[in-house]
Amino acid sequence: MMRKIVLALAFSAVAFVAPASAEEGGGLLPAGTKVGNIASLQRGARLYFNYCSGCHSIKYQSYSRLADDLKLAPGEVLSNFAFTGAKIGDQIVSNMPADHAQEWFGKAPPDLSLEARAKGPDWIYTYLKSFYLDPSRPVGWNNTVFPGASMPNVLWELQGTQVAHYAPAKPGEEPAVEKLELSSKGKLSGEEFDAAARDITAFLQYVGEPAALKREAVGVWAILYLAFFTFLAWLLNNEYWKDVH
Amino acid sequence: MANVFTSIGNWVNERAPGMMPVYRKHMTEYYAPKNFNFWYYFGVLAMVVLVNQILTGIFLTMFYKPGAATAFDSVEYIMRDVDWGWLIRYMHSTGASMFFIVVYLHMFRGLMYGSYKKPRELVWLLGMFIFLALMAEAFMGYVLPWGNMSFWGAKVIISLFGAVPLIGDTLVQWIMGDYNPADATLNRFFALHVIALPLVLLLLVVLHIFALHEVGSNNPDGVEIKKKKDPATGKPLDGIPFHPYYTVHDIVGVGFFLTICAFIIFYQPTVGGWFLENDNFIPANPLVTPPEIKPVWYFTPFYGILRVIPDKGLGISAMFASIVLLFLLPWVDRGAVKSIRYRGLGYKVALGIFALTFLLLGSIGAGLTAEWIPKIFGASADVTSIEMHFGWLLVLMYFGYFIFLFGYTAFGYEKTKPVPERVTGGGH
Repeated sequence: MMRKIVLALAFSAVAFVAPASAEEGGGLLPAGTKVGNIASLQRGARLYFNYCSGCHSIKYQSYSRLADDLKLAPGEVLSNFAFTGAKIGDQIVSNMPADHAQEWFGKAPPDLSLEARAKGPDWIYTYLKSFYLDPSRPVGWNNTVFPGASMPNVLWELQGTQVAHYAPAKPGEEPAVEKLELSSKGKLSGEEFDAAARDITAFLQYVGEPAALKREAVGVWAILYLAFFTFLAWLLNNEYWKDVH
Repeated sequence: MANVFTSIGNWVNERAPGMMPVYRKHMTEYYAPKNFNFWYYFGVLAMVVLVNQILTGIFLTMFYKPGAATAFDSVEYIMRDVDWGWLIRYMHSTGASMFFIVVYLHMFRGLMYGSYKKPRELVWLLGMFIFLALMAEAFMGYVLPWGNMSFWGAKVIISLFGAVPLIGDTLVQWIMGDYNPADATLNRFFALHVIALPLVLLLLVVLHIFALHEVGSNNPDGVEIKKKKDPATGKPLDGIPFHPYYTVHDIVGVGFFLTICAFIIFYQPTVGGWFLENDNFIPANPLVTPPEIKPVWYFTPFYGILRVIPDKGLGISAMFASIVLLFLLPWVDRGAVKSIRYRGLGYKVALGIFALTFLLLGSIGAGLTAEWIPKIFGASADVTSIEMHFGWLLVLMYFGYFIFLFGYTAFGYEKTKPVPERVTGGGH
């Protein structure tokens, strides 16, 4: 009886927890990032500083921490990434004046330090892939993941441009985007662009939680230690409980 | 070396002769039933988590800066720039959720084996007060990182006090110290979270254990071991000294538990948004409402009750009553038999349904059913209406448990099995 109740509870606990990951699902593509892959983070950083850092800050991240974690020389980081004349110990902030940004885009570009933690890597990856031309928008671009986004597709020269195919509109509703199609080719093939979007996502995931690199490396040892401790405790327990009849 | 210990022991004993008897009463001469099972680990695990929360909390306060302008940044500072700060913070955030997991299982154990029944009503009542204090402690702690869910969660929960007749609005402003959750709110919650409520919790835990040790522990058979004593020694025949037998026993459970916690802390610290919510990585913003305001998972069953009852006053009363009834359980349940092993079928079924109801109310409170309904009934289903009706059924089932239990036990409908004289099983 007891065992059945324990099992039933365990199962309901699993059923209770399982949808958590599906919750993020809502039409998002799996990013497939690996934060431990330093080469991917380095490529992602290069793309980030070329295409994103002009507008977006990552204010909780410093150049020096970036150099340490991504195994880059500080000089290299400054010459390749710090376009703003920053020093190595500085936080990574964009030079764009916030009030002008407001004027130009309708909304100041948000800080991306914690974007991957707030939205999840799948969201970022899919967002980067989901821009399409939409003349009705002020900047000429729209996005299926974030309709009405103020941001233009800064990666268009890599990806090329996409146009939307609409499903027949239901009465009284705006037509919904059915699928996106490449209308002109970019510098990268579809697969290469996916890889680039994945690298940027991985980089933002790292920026969201730099400790993840250390966390995953240390964790194995903590768990092995605790498992061994539990095993010893179990042996000790058996020794004592021999007396109990 | 042994000599040094003996002489220190003697030195203390000469000056405080009352201390050894207290130690013996609660450890080496506290006789616990020898047939404890898996369910008897959660009390000690709750204590381990409490100690973890206090120790990691102390280190967090060294770097955390309460204040609407500084709190969020200081948490990120801990996560990034303080050596091992991320570990301390994850131990604290994981500890908060694990606290509720072990406490809920600990309480469920009490329901299964009738541990709340005479003579242990006081133990149960003190335990329920711990649960209340823990809920307050967790709520205030959740506000401290000052993320957007902290802000909106605080706003929603504090506004519940607005339902108090006549003084409601004034009360809400008095609690917040402002018209919205703001700097003043954050600072007073910090004070309550780091000192006031921990003191209350510690005191209650001590009283809970003292009250338990007066009457002795229950066990999976619900047999009072004090009734069968060895005539020569006067010790319970089915009892074994808590120390060393249950101390070594508990160390195994604690080790196993900590291994699971380590896995979460190092590999899944957010548990897919359940332990640390995505929207709380966005700084508090009174102008931007999160897509869905919901409390952390451990409050969701109670929040579910609130959510499905449209009338605010009624919803709050029902939520309040759902906790008050738990306090009254020792007097609702009139059955003489304690353990589920020897209770009537009706009790077994009712308890199973009650546990399931609790989880399903949680799924409503967490917004899960709103996602399940279109998958089950098709995309055109009226989610709000289905959820509401399902929720009412669950609320009826929750309160129905107490009504059924009273009727079932007070009017002699329960057909129990004979309870053995001595405990069954235990030992090697």
